[in-house]
Amino acid sequence: MIVAQQKPVSDLKKMLDGHHKVLAVGCGTCVTVCFAGGAREVGVLATSLRMAGKLDGTPLEVDETSVQRQCEVEFLEPLAERMADYDAILSLGCGIGVQSLAERFPDKRVLPALNTSFLGRPTEQGVWEERCQACGNCILDLTGGICPVSRCAKQLMNGPCGGSQDGLCEIDETTPCAWQLIWERVDRQGGLDRLMEVQPPRDWSASRDGGPRRITRDDLRLPHDNDDASE
Amino acid sequence: MTDFEPRIVAFCCRHCAYAAADLAGSSRLTYPPALRIVELPCTGRIDVLTVMRSFEEGADGVLVAGCLAGKCHYQQGNTHAAQRVERVQTLLADVGLESERIRMVNISAAMGAQFAALATEMAADVEALGPNPLSPTKPLAKLEDAS
Repeated sequence: MIVAQQKPVSDLKKMLDGHHKVLAVGCGTCVTVCFAGGAREVGVLATSLRMAGKLDGTPLEVDETSVQRQCEVEFLEPLAERMADYDAILSLGCGIGVQSLAERFPDKRVLPALNTSFLGRPTEQGVWEERCQACGNCILDLTGGICPVSRCAKQLMNGPCGGSQDGLCEIDETTPCAWQLIWERVDRQGGLDRLMEVQPPRDWSASRDGGPRRITRDDLRLPHDNDDASE
Repeated sequence: MTDFEPRIVAFCCRHCAYAAADLAGSSRLTYPPALRIVELPCTGRIDVLTVMRSFEEGADGVLVAGCLAGKCHYQQGNTHAAQRVERVQTLLADVGLESERIRMVNISAAMGAQFAALATEMAADVEALGPNPLSPTKPLAKLEDAS
């Protein structure tokens, strides 16, 4: 899932300076299950902003709503008729949700209430850890299902490095060495010979290095008006 | 401060604090009339939103009263409640209200006298803090001017 966390109220107050009536929009997908931007978090944040505004003498009207999925424009349509009532939208979606709202309602300021943090999973209740960097060229088959791109601080393809001490990474005593985990996992599976093969320098063009990415599935696209009907 | 009577919402677990309040009453113990008791099946029922809305609506204080440590009828409801109270304290500080306006206490059903004492102490502390400036019956001077 996409994991995010709320910006501090003080930051949001600055961001909302000059606005008088805003619509806080939650998202029912990833940010709901990481307790950052679901309907309940919208309620808590909207309450906090209203209280902070009254207390510092800059009252702010904050209405609350939530959509099932901010990143798909179909789910945003019900908001269209309400847009005239607000001078800004405060999105509690991930960065994709914020941009979807901004594309759908280009005349409105859309402000991010969350910091989108990483792609990850809960490792215990209340703790989330990064597990993927969407690098576009998955190598988990080689590494025992443990991702060195997201979990090794140096993103090494042939690890571990000299900074691996007692199973921990040198950057932080709470961060396990991804390559130690990989060696242990692959050894358990009886595949250490695969790890002895040196991986060549990686082609990062499928990752962010290749610029913004797009996937097109012609079998799923709907016909466009300008498509040739004979095709 | 003499004309200020604090309004404190007391979220009380039915298995302990609510029964303790009942015992305090039947024992003819007195405590300030500041508390508005809300009976809960367990303090694990409270959530951050409910408590924040209490303050937004003008509560001068919130008391969350649950079972003694390790004695929750639902295993860990009082532990979860304590975590949520801490979260509310952080939020209150962020928005500019005193975090001391909310507290969690742990008592048993047999502790009627202690309930009365805790209620008295809480009422005195909230009275010292003064009214919640968000109270609709005591609007801020700034807001009156703005309207």
